[in-house]
Order: sequence, then C-alpha cells, then structure tokens
Amino acid sequence: MVLREAPMNDPNTFTERSLPVIDTSSFHITREEGLMLYEDMVLGRLFEDKCAEMYYRGKMFGFVHLYNGQEAVSTGVIRAMRPGEDYVCSTYRDHVHALSAGVPARQVMAELFGKETGCSKGRGGSMHMFSGTHRLLGGYAFVAEGIPVATGAAFQSKYRRETMGDESADQVTACFFGDGASNNGQFFECLNMAALWKLPILYVVENNKWAIGMAHDRATSQPEIYKKASVFGMVGVEVDGMDVLAVRKVAQEAVARARAGEGPTLIEALTYRFRGHSLADPDELRSAPEKDFWLSRDPIKKLAGQLIERNLASEEDLKGIDDKIQELVNESVKFAETSPEPDPSELYRYVFAE
Amino acid sequence: MAETLFFNALRAATDEEMARDPRVFVLGEDVGHYGGSYKVTKDLYKKYGDLRVLDTPIAENSFTGLAVGAAMTGLRPIIEGMNMGFLLLAFNQIANNAGMLRYTSGGNFTIPLVIRGPGGVGRQLGAEHSQRLEAYFQAVPGLKIVACSTPYNAKGLLKAAIRDENPVLFFEHVLLYNLKEDLPDHEYLCPLDKAEVVHSGKDVTILTYSRMRHHCLQALKTLKKEGYDPEIIDLISLKPIDMETIRESVRKTHRVIIVEECMKTAGVAAEVMALINEQLFDELDAPVMRLSSQDIPTPYNGKLEHLTIVQPPQIVEAVQKIVEMRI
Repeated sequence: MVLREAPMNDPNTFTERSLPVIDTSSFHITREEGLMLYEDMVLGRLFEDKCAEMYYRGKMFGFVHLYNGQEAVSTGVIRAMRPGEDYVCSTYRDHVHALSAGVPARQVMAELFGKETGCSKGRGGSMHMFSGTHRLLGGYAFVAEGIPVATGAAFQSKYRRETMGDESADQVTACFFGDGASNNGQFFECLNMAALWKLPILYVVENNKWAIGMAHDRATSQPEIYKKASVFGMVGVEVDGMDVLAVRKVAQEAVARARAGEGPTLIEALTYRFRGHSLADPDELRSAPEKDFWLSRDPIKKLAGQLIERNLASEEDLKGIDDKIQELVNESVKFAETSPEPDPSELYRYVFAE
Repeated sequence: MAETLFFNALRAATDEEMARDPRVFVLGEDVGHYGGSYKVTKDLYKKYGDLRVLDTPIAENSFTGLAVGAAMTGLRPIIEGMNMGFLLLAFNQIANNAGMLRYTSGGNFTIPLVIRGPGGVGRQLGAEHSQRLEAYFQAVPGLKIVACSTPYNAKGLLKAAIRDENPVLFFEHVLLYNLKEDLPDHEYLCPLDKAEVVHSGKDVTILTYSRMRHHCLQALKTLKKEGYDPEIIDLISLKPIDMETIRESVRKTHRVIIVEECMKTAGVAAEVMALINEQLFDELDAPVMRLSSQDIPTPYNGKLEHLTIVQPPQIVEAVQKIVEMRI
C-alpha cells in the first residue's frame, strides 16, 4: 500500500491561497482618518521593533510575540470601534491590540519591563495586557481561551439592554485570535452561542498561515476559515489583512450589524507575521520565497502609497509621523526603565478583590 | 419559611438575590425550562425570563468562559454545573481565568462569579458522576471554595457567595437535596470563611464537611452512648481553611480526626493536616488522623461503593482509638 505523503515544508516553494481583492479606491476616507490609521500602524510597528531590541538587550523576559506585518488588522478593526466603550479581547500577541485600543505605549512598555506602572501592574507580562479603562479584556495566553471571555462581554451588552433596560448598552466586542485557534472547540462552541443569541461581537481571525510551526493547511480540513461561519448562519467575510482600508471597511460593516442587533460576524483577515512566532522561535520552517511574497505586501507601505496617491498626505507628512512615533516609543522605554518595580509587600495583592 | 427542602433553600437564595440585584443571572445546562436537574432553578425563568435564567448548549468550558467575561464587564453570573464533575471540562476557564485573572490583570478586573452544583458520591451513579472536585481545585489561586451541608447554611452561604466580589466554587451534595429544616422567615447570610461548630465537646475535634457532617452526627449517637464527648466542626470553607475555629477547638481537645469524602491523596484533609502540623503541633497529644475515600474511581457496584467512602462505624472506631492513644 502506498501512503500519500503529507506535504513537506520545501524551503524553496510555498503555496498561496488567492487573496480577496477589494478595490478600496472607492472607499472614502478623510485626511484625518488616513493619518490616524497610518499613525496607529506605525506605532504598532515601531513599538514591536523596540521590543525586539529590548528583549535582545535583556530588558524584558519570557515569551514575547511580536505583531510586525499584521498591523492592518489591529488598526483596521479596533479603530473602527468606539475607543473606551467597545471591548477588545486579545491573545498572547497582544501589545499592538492594546495600543490600538488606546492603552498608552508607556504603560505597555512598562508592563513588558515588569514594572508597577505597567497596564497590568507588572503582574501580567507580555501575554497578559489588561486595561479596564480602555476596555481591553486582556491578552489570553492559551490558544482560544479568550474567545469565550469575549463572548461573555458581548452577552453582557445584550443582557444590559434587554433585561436592565439600559438603552445605552450598544457596545460591541472585537475578539482576536489566530488560525490555530480556529481548530479549537471553544471557537465552534462560541460561534454557536453568539449566532444563537445574536450577540454583538466580531470574531476576527488573523490567519497568518502558521501556528508556530504548524502550517494552517496541515492543521485543518477547510483552510478557508470564514466559510465556517455559514454553518452557524453567521456572516463570514474574507479580507486582505494587509490592506487596512479593506479591513476597516469590513469591520465597519460588522460593527454596524452588531450594534443594530443583527448578531456576530466572523472576519478572516489573511495576513502574515514578519517575524518568528516569538522572539525565541528560530523560524526555520517558513520558506524564503513565502516570506518575500508577504514582505512585499507590507501594510504600512501600502497605506502610505494610498494616502500619497489620493493626495491625502505628503512624504513629509508621513515622515513627520514616523519621527513623532519613534520619539514616543523611545520615551516609553525611558518611562519603563525609570519606573519602580512592584513593592514586595504587595506580593499577595490582587489575588482577591479588596 | 417553615420547613424547607435543601434544594428549595438554594432556590430561594437564588430567587432573592436575583430580585435584589438585576445583574445576577443563572446559566448552565437545563437551568431554565427544565428547572435544573435537581430543581434548584425551577420556574425561575418564568419570573426572570430566558436571558436571566439562561439555558446553555452543552459546552462547559465555553459557557464558563462566557460567565467570566460577563463578570469582568459587570454582571454577577451563577453557573450551575448540572453535575460538578462536568466542570472538569471547564478546568481551564475556572483556573486560568476565573481564578487567576484578577491577579494577572493587576487588579484591572474583578470576577464576581458563583459556580455551584451537586458533587460527591451519590447512589451508584458511577465514577464520572461521583467526583469531588473540591480537592482538584484546592491549588488554584484566587478561588474561594465552599461546601454547604444543611438547608440553613445552603441558603445563607449561597446568598453570601452571590454577593462576594470573587469567584466562589460552591459545592452541594447530590444526596442532601431532600434534607428538610425550618428556616427563619427573615433574611440572613452565612459567612463564607467561617467553620461551624456543629456539636461542642472536649475529647477530640472532628473536622468534616458536606455530607460527611451527617455521617459524623450519626457516629455521635453511638459515641455519646459509649461516653465519648467529641467536638464536631463543619469546615464550610474549604479554601481558605478557618484556622481560628480549628485552633480554638484543638486547644481544648488536643486531638484531631478529619473526615472527608474526597480521595485521600492530596485531598482536603491532607492540606488541613499540614496546616495543623505547621501551626498547632505543640497542642497535639496524638497524630492527626484522617478518614478519606479510597483512592479509586468510584465503583458502580453498591457494596464496593459503600466500601469506597467513610461510614459512621469507622468514625466511631477512630474516636475510640485516638482518645485512648497516649504519646
């Protein structure tokens, strides 16, 4: 009997699913919106580059998962929501979701340095960014475990509106996770409940093709994740995750549906991480041609081109933003370095509510 | 409330707290239209609607996580585990998120959540339906663990658990739902962290909880006839352990027997023995004894099942032995 061999990772070849093409040239954006999106994406990129530098210089520890390459997803979705009102739920790759949700860079950096001034008071670390003020429900380090929590936040909005008569309870929740999580039971269980109860939630799969070393195609019988929404009677959308205007468009539509009480949306953003799974990952399995293909589709460069083409910004405008953000990121490091460590006398604080 | 059945005491507690606070809701398998497998939530959906008495799909880990998310955003969920054993499927959400998230978030979020339902060994329910999760969850930081044992304390403890700002694992016992007791007409709460001195005595301190409280009371009848005078303490709070009450008793009796229904290895008694050794060693006139269930999956066969858990005559023997012991 001849067994068909499983596809191997040939370093010279890769396969690419055809990316959804949305002509974003017709999407209206103002200069202000365009620059806001650009600034948020640059913040994500430069912040993560600084994290790599600090990690290799021994300033931060543990597992650090960077978001480079995926910025259009965080910015495209979170910046289509109401800051400080809507909820965001993330994974272990959570720094940039926190930044898009409005958590100050200095608080995220201080958390990475393990300082008392960090957004989780130095108790959480890279994979556990939280901010009640910014309605960041947290970074969840076990794959898929954030999906039920986010679903609960969405349930809460519906509950307040329908049982407590709170008309202002129209908050939407964005729940981020990766392609790897889409094979976990919690994903299916929560899609079922969210569709059943018409919960105001966006399930955003950042399909970056790789769950550490497990290629998505080797882990799932149906690689097109957005199609999994259909069995729950839920809207499923596929979007080019390297195009922030396209992501923003589908997110705005999904948010409008959720607020209108029309239920959840599953958004599959096709994207790529420009670095390894974590800073401890030798990243030996992904082929050079595959990486080159995606690097050439850098979402920040793409938006820059779109803004210039539309005469919404000049090269100088963008350079000005780059410089301003670099300064902000540098400042966040100074803040983190000079911040105090948690007080040892508070070792037990926060185990229980006070 | 005159004479009240155990499950109705729990139902009354839930009803009163739901009426008092619109943020309180119940979720779980068959809690709504079916009324709960032990009728603790019977007809509450008629009064409060389907969202406040939420029938969930059979997806323990996900609906537990959903409750955590709802609690983080300001609601006060009560999860009913149809059988507490099923919550092994929710271990991750209970441990990582309900238990640890407040700490991990540096106090950004609180999780006022009650997880309640029937545990313990019933009558020939087989191994999977006869679990005692209280020991499994002992090591999880951030959880309070409570075991009720009478209609009176079931009601007062559940009300207190619902009002607590922390996640509370609330253990009922599958064989106690039909106990009856006269309950006060006025509202009352029972503290979650206090043990209850069930019977005052001077010869030996018997520490127990849940259904084993009743086995100890059974043994007490024989012991009294034989002239023994044991003190019986229902721990109520399995985490944290109320060492104040234990200390007071041991200073009087200098002898301790722990009677538990969970398995011996790494059970509740193991932890209590360690605490007594650490804090009260000088008070002891004999080594602490423990009577626990056998370290086996609970067998279906009735005779084997009977042998698996502690029976009143064993408690009598243990008292006789420890009181005669001289060191």
